[in-house]
Amino acid sequence: MNSGPLYEQLQVYLVTAAFLLAVGIYGLIRRRTLIGMLISGELIFAAASLNFMAFNRFTVRDQAVGQVFVLFIMGLAAAEVAIALSIIIAVYRGYRSIKTKELSELSG
Amino acid sequence: MNSFPATNLIVTAIFILCLAATAAGALIAVLSSRLIRSVCGLAVCAFGLAGLYYFLQSPFLALMEILIYVGAVCVTIVFAIMLAEPDEPANDEKPGAAVLWGTIAVAAAGGILWGLRRLDARANWPVPETVSQSGSIKAIGLSLLTTYSLAFELISLVLLVAIIGALAIARTGRGRV
Repeated sequence: MNSGPLYEQLQVYLVTAAFLLAVGIYGLIRRRTLIGMLISGELIFAAASLNFMAFNRFTVRDQAVGQVFVLFIMGLAAAEVAIALSIIIAVYRGYRSIKTKELSELSG
Repeated sequence: MNSFPATNLIVTAIFILCLAATAAGALIAVLSSRLIRSVCGLAVCAFGLAGLYYFLQSPFLALMEILIYVGAVCVTIVFAIMLAEPDEPANDEKPGAAVLWGTIAVAAAGGILWGLRRLDARANWPVPETVSQSGSIKAIGLSLLTTYSLAFELISLVLLVAIIGALAIARTGRGRV
């Protein structure tokens, strides 16, 4: 596997996907607004898609399977963004804020 | 075989550019304090990913990545940012706790990286001798409407429900504020 040009090696794609996942989790922990956490979640989706595509390209005989799967991941991500943003807008109407620390009814 | 000089070098340079765009876009998306900039980072990351999909021999997914992520997701998030005017609040944590949690996080990340490295060194990814079906757009369309037709219909249903649900959630209470 460790032969050929850089773009023909599975490991390069896997490391990139792992980096995207790590950055996404870091953002999910660090961000203090709902929209920032949503963006980090999109990065995690992208990492999963890249992993699927890399394995599909290098280890699967039927090349269409992974592409169909990643297409479905994209569709689910789009649906998730639509729902999450409408919830964020509704929360902003109620609380006048989308900072995660201020979104609490009870104090404690 | 190629008459154009230094083709390999140019292709590798474009690949590294795609990798750099993905990594830099992800870092901008996470680290910038203004949310509008992190949306732009997400768009840059999507462009880099589209390039990587192209290198993985799937121009269809590359175009869909740009169409969906840059064209739909980023634009929708920009609208939400304009409606909700969020800005990252100032950091009010104690530095001692940050150092503690940072140390724990770095240790966990190092452990996971080490484990994955060992796994990768031991694993022997099987390379198929023959490719039974090419990843052309025609093949994708055929398998979408034959093998995966149920999943195809289900995802259209999911998208329909998502649209109706988003409308129902965001519609109420315009005058209630």
